[in-house]
Amino acid sequence: MASIELRNIRKAFGAVEVIKGVDLEVRKGEFMVFVGPSGCGKSTLLRLISGLEDITSGEMLFDGKVVNALAPSKRGIAMVFQSYALYPHMTVYENMAFGLTLEKGHSKDEIQKRVEKAADMLQIRQYLDRLPKQLSGGQRQRVAIGRAITRDPKVFLFDEPLSNLDAALRVATRIEIAKLHESMDNVTMVYVTHDQVEAMTLADRICVLRDGLVEQVGTPMELYEHPNSVFVAGFIGSPKMNFISGEKAKAFNADTVGIRGEHINIVPGNGTWTGTVIHTENLGADSYVYLEMGTEEPVVVRLDGANNYKSGDTVHIAPMPDKVHRFDAAGKPIR
Amino acid sequence: MTTDTLAPPVTVTVPKIKSELMQQRVRAARWFLLPMLLALAVVAGWPLLRSIYFSFTDASLTDLYGAEWIGFGNYLRWTTLESGVTRYRGLLVDPAWWNAVWNTLRFAATSVFFEAILGMIVALVLNAEFRGRSIVRAAILIPWAIPTIVSAKMWSWMLNDQFGILNDLGLRLGLLSQKVAWTATAETAMQAVLIVDIWKTTPFMALLILAGLQMVPRDIYEAADLDGVHPVKQFFRITLPLVRPALMVAIIFRLLDALRIFDLIYVLTPNSTATKTMSVLARENLFDFDKFAYGSAMSTLLFLIIAVLTMLYIWLGKVRFDGGDR
Ligand SMILES: Nc1ncnc2c1ncn2[C@@H]1O[C@H](COP(=O)(O)OP(=O)(O)OP(=O)(O)O)[C@@H](O)[C@H]1O
Ligand SMILES: [Mg+2]
Repeated sequence: MASIELRNIRKAFGAVEVIKGVDLEVRKGEFMVFVGPSGCGKSTLLRLISGLEDITSGEMLFDGKVVNALAPSKRGIAMVFQSYALYPHMTVYENMAFGLTLEKGHSKDEIQKRVEKAADMLQIRQYLDRLPKQLSGGQRQRVAIGRAITRDPKVFLFDEPLSNLDAALRVATRIEIAKLHESMDNVTMVYVTHDQVEAMTLADRICVLRDGLVEQVGTPMELYEHPNSVFVAGFIGSPKMNFISGEKAKAFNADTVGIRGEHINIVPGNGTWTGTVIHTENLGADSYVYLEMGTEEPVVVRLDGANNYKSGDTVHIAPMPDKVHRFDAAGKPIR
Repeated sequence: MTTDTLAPPVTVTVPKIKSELMQQRVRAARWFLLPMLLALAVVAGWPLLRSIYFSFTDASLTDLYGAEWIGFGNYLRWTTLESGVTRYRGLLVDPAWWNAVWNTLRFAATSVFFEAILGMIVALVLNAEFRGRSIVRAAILIPWAIPTIVSAKMWSWMLNDQFGILNDLGLRLGLLSQKVAWTATAETAMQAVLIVDIWKTTPFMALLILAGLQMVPRDIYEAADLDGVHPVKQFFRITLPLVRPALMVAIIFRLLDALRIFDLIYVLTPNSTATKTMSVLARENLFDFDKFAYGSAMSTLLFLIIAVLTMLYIWLGKVRFDGGDR
């Protein structure tokens, strides 16, 4: 178990600064998720924590001790790569045992026990003699996770571990990772993704990154209900929050008004706004209606169950008053 | 290489279930192969058959077409004297030939051994990220790009006993007490040839190995770093097993090349028995000594030796692949 503290961490590749001063604390046993758009520095930050990349300036502390110069293997971490990074010429067993066999002080029996325990946890016991190329993508990913478990780490790092899997397998593996976190409750996990559903479902706390800086840190519900900026409001939640600016926002005393699709009601008449239906999507359990009403992007309304609106229909809508987010010109919330 | 020879039986054993697409592919493949096979038949197959044929005749350079069949006489023949002593003659009991075989094998084994090790080191260096890497990559290829005749001549001047720069440097630095006739002395002639050959072909080896190294994904080294695997162990446990296929191919290319070495030795150490190889000896007999049939027999044997060694290498190499890679 370890807590991780980042103090004004910066990272530059040559002249380009990629991480621009990050302060962050990951608590012991916590599941922390980094999200953000592509290229914002999530992987880089994770690699700084792992020690695979050198820190340009700032301090990294594990359990209160500075580890800036500590080798990756001495930090008590294990990492699961997006590309799995399995040793292609070794069997699953050898892949999982490799690190331990080279470390001194582990007997063969002990190694075997640890590998088998991890293999049982992930249900890959029957593949132990296979080579990685004889496995499917999902099985490989589980081997990669198994290899990490075998190391018995204090900190688990994941870099987009599910992005190469198909939708069904993603959900299944996501649930497995959640179970893993529950069963290893004294292991700190840091998880990188740009899938905000993964972030919402897995995280104890989410750290939203933007352009090398921390935009907001908080529990999923905090970010959902009280986003600190237009950026976070737009990034967290699906479908994306609707933003309305100009004259319509002035009525709310704000520069921009944000309202989620699930917080808009369609009313028979006398609504706050009027729009024309341009597209509908029925997902079975719920459905989305896209409205054209002079905003930059169409406004999305989320309804329970199916709906019968057709393109060209004119509808009146009303936002739930207590769910309206108001932002000033700088994109900061007005509270 | 092995797949080429294995392909036909595979297609023959499963003709029934072959799909139309598969048939189409096989047909197209045959058409694509045809020009190469024709060219090979003309430039390699025919001369080879002619050499083999001549090795069983009494052909001479002046009378190629009046050659008569004499069977295995060029390889081995014997006469029993009245005293009852049997005298063997022919290539198989010719000490000059076996000296050449020994020289060739020694040369091939030593040069390929050092080229593989040095080539691996150079490839590892070139595979690392550093400033000016592309310039170094190009520069390292220069010895390989120079025609052998030119580099052999260049080295023969550098190794010259009177005016050579190596003797001069050696004397000035106190490494040598007197000038050495590198290429003319029996003890040093082979070393001189080896040095030049290694200098010349290490870049080729390095390039082939580098191609193999670049196929190794980077991220597994990061995984190894996290596993705490020492860099030396990373080389032996990860890099080496993964580049072995490329290394094996590189070694066989070089081995085939080294077994028929001719030009370098012909220029650098002409007429030295210490370095005379099978090719050099065969050429000498074919054209200088007017023993065309005898030279043809040497060429034929050279071909057989290379063929056997190559098959042995592929066979042994394959056994190790299977054992190692599982
Ligand atoms: N080794 C490197 N050298 C130079 N620039 C780099 C290097 N690694 C990353 N960068 C740059 O740093 C920025 C952040 O990269 P990073 O991989 O951390 O993004 P990310 O948030 O993980 O994106 P994604 O979601 O696409 O994986 C990018 O602009 C990238 O070009
Ligand atoms: Mg990334």
